[in-house]
Amino acid sequence: MIDQLLGWAIQILITLFALVTAVAYLTFMERKVMSWIQLRVGPNRVGPWGLLQPAADGLKFIFKEDIIPLEANRWLYIIAPAVSVVPAMMSLIVIPWGSEIHLFGRTIPLHVTQMNIGLLYVFALTSLGVYGIVLAGWSSNNKYSLMGGLRSSAQMISYELALGLAIVSVLLWTGSLDLVEITKSQSGTWFGFIPRWNIFRFPLGTFGFIIFYIASLAETNRTPFDLPEADSELVAGYHTEYSSMKFALFQMAEYLNLITAASIGTTLFLGGWNGPGVEQLPILSLVYFVIKVLVLIFIAMWIRFTLPRFRYDQLMRFGWKWLLPLAIINIIATATLLIFIR
Amino acid sequence: MINYVPILIIFIFAVGMATAIIILSRLAGRNRPTREKLMPYECGVEPVGTARERQSVKFYLVAMVFLLFDIEAVFLVPWAVVFPRVLSDPAYRTLKYLFYGEMMLFMVVLFVGLVYVWRKGILEWAAK
Repeated sequence: MIDQLLGWAIQILITLFALVTAVAYLTFMERKVMSWIQLRVGPNRVGPWGLLQPAADGLKFIFKEDIIPLEANRWLYIIAPAVSVVPAMMSLIVIPWGSEIHLFGRTIPLHVTQMNIGLLYVFALTSLGVYGIVLAGWSSNNKYSLMGGLRSSAQMISYELALGLAIVSVLLWTGSLDLVEITKSQSGTWFGFIPRWNIFRFPLGTFGFIIFYIASLAETNRTPFDLPEADSELVAGYHTEYSSMKFALFQMAEYLNLITAASIGTTLFLGGWNGPGVEQLPILSLVYFVIKVLVLIFIAMWIRFTLPRFRYDQLMRFGWKWLLPLAIINIIATATLLIFIR
Repeated sequence: MINYVPILIIFIFAVGMATAIIILSRLAGRNRPTREKLMPYECGVEPVGTARERQSVKFYLVAMVFLLFDIEAVFLVPWAVVFPRVLSDPAYRTLKYLFYGEMMLFMVVLFVGLVYVWRKGILEWAAK
């Protein structure tokens, strides 16, 4: 019992450490990608090719002045960043990062725990993340923050519907909410060369993936759906008043949510850690998973630096009048197809 | 049930980490408050009025419509999980059209609800 608890604690610590480092380097990657797209060099002074920039940023965040506005609702203001970052961290334990590796004579699965409700658990936690944003917006006692928080909650709940309905079509094929089971169901190939990934179940799987991806961009508040932050109209939205590490915690939560969204997208539609040679060399599975997640994150960044922001009424119209009906039609079509071919 | 224990462990870790970071920045950073620094930020001018004002009722309507649709989405999940088993298991195969038809009926009701909300103008955000 103690042995198992210790094992979990170590696995969780390693996952958390790896993910926090990944978050730091994602901010770096975002700045580099942005500068390449805008024909600039980007951060290149701190360390070779600017690789130590995230560490410098972290140090700077710690030593900045921590401001609590006089009119803010003090306690809510202080706990809001924690409320936003804790659910973002908690959803990491069910994601299957790889198959399993053999280390020191034991078999270690590359996921912390396997739950038969894994997907529901992730969705429950991502929904909880809204509370942090709303609390931050309201407790700052700033008009911009309040608008940012309200917009964010309305946007996140609107797109959560499309997101939740887009995954139902995957459930119809795999019949499981367990992320490990969903990954395993996508191993192998059709006709010997097409991987059995859900995205290749043309056209319905591809369609489901597109709905899922667009909705997940909106869920993680990324451009073109970054209305809650909207630098040019709301200054910075819900974190206008935040400084120092509290601000950094919001950033961390945002990037962790991006990683979670990309990981769930990979697991559900891109075959998770499946790929050639996984049975012979299990560590490859981790490599495949990271590559697929990075591709999804890169596309999100690419979209951010290419597309302009939606207007608010356009955003709501797109979510409710396009994505939601399309997701419902996708479910009906998938179920109808399944009942005829099986 | 043992598989759910890591939730508790990571909850403790995550809360501990967030608390430590917040306290650390409080201790490590300098602290020289002035009146201007502690005012709500409004692009450098004196704040006008307060942020504790009434908000558009649209936000509440969207929240209520979301609740209705989300409960329906939650109802879809168990159905979708059982669906492949109904199709493959010989014991349930005879029921598959009933199983399929009932949910399609429900989806039609869902769609009619969406059309109703749409026609009522709850989804219109731009002022006419």
